[in-house]
Amino acid sequence: MQSPMEQFTIRPLLESNVEHHFHKHDFIFTNQSLWMCIVVGAASLFLTLAVARPQLVPGRMQSMAELAYEFVANMIRSAAGEDGMIFFPFVFTIFVFVLFSNFFGLLPGAFTVTSQIAVTFALACLVIATVIVTGFVVHGLGFLKLFVPHAPWYLLILLVPIELISFFTRPISLSVRLFANMLAGHTMLKVFASFVIALGTAGGVFTAISIAPMFLIVAISALEILVAFLQAYVFAILTCIYLNEALHLHDQH
Amino acid sequence: MDVTAAKQIGAGLACIALVGAGMGIGNVFGSYLQGALRNPGAAASQTTNLLLGFALCEATGLFGLVIALIILFT
Repeated sequence: MQSPMEQFTIRPLLESNVEHHFHKHDFIFTNQSLWMCIVVGAASLFLTLAVARPQLVPGRMQSMAELAYEFVANMIRSAAGEDGMIFFPFVFTIFVFVLFSNFFGLLPGAFTVTSQIAVTFALACLVIATVIVTGFVVHGLGFLKLFVPHAPWYLLILLVPIELISFFTRPISLSVRLFANMLAGHTMLKVFASFVIALGTAGGVFTAISIAPMFLIVAISALEILVAFLQAYVFAILTCIYLNEALHLHDQH
Repeated sequence: MDVTAAKQIGAGLACIALVGAGMGIGNVFGSYLQGALRNPGAAASQTTNLLLGFALCEATGLFGLVIALIILFT
């Protein structure tokens, strides 16, 4: 039987080796690249079509797009304040990309883009790089005060390294959270699917019980839909919280 | 001991991380319900913090899963 981790293997679909003057370029189009294109294409197509002919009383698609817009806008306003709205395009793009890749991954036979740590870590690094650049642009060198909490000096010896470590492990925790959630959920679905096959082929009374893990898969799929949305939401709101720290340092907005 | 056997025991031990994650998630939702039943008016405004706390707790359990996978597949 196939291993439950089989679904995460990256396979090359198209390969081309370009011989250059000095070095060789390997261009490989994998199933990962294909599904990223599908996700980006579907998200762009949906949002473009939804507002192609805007109406005062929105139809189904337009109200979905407007709901998504309002949802992200409220999230930024509550977490990063009114001046955080300059980051609306950034946060909205990340939210929609993660949401669409999580949902497309749930289609049977689909490849989950966000189950690859390379993708999520690149996204998390992008977020942290934006936070650092914003902090230095807004506050100059005063941004370094982020690492110095209000405390007596003898505590600062301990607190400053802790603050530094907690800041620089953020890209790791942000990316591993999304990647591990997707990986764990999809592995669990495959493990329960293998129970159905193993019980169904065992014969006798076992074939009759094989319906039980089947129902469990339906329940877990429902849970996975919730997780897919929740992880996109958490990724976006943590981005807002980090941006808020870069914009306002320790004081609240 | 066989290396494969040691790896599998190690991966199993890494799943102990789920104990903490389970307690944490239970604590998050339990405390939220306690607070929400005492003051239902403020409950709706705290769903963001609830989901955030849930996600942060859940992630610690998943770090254990990642360790288990690293042990098994390297």
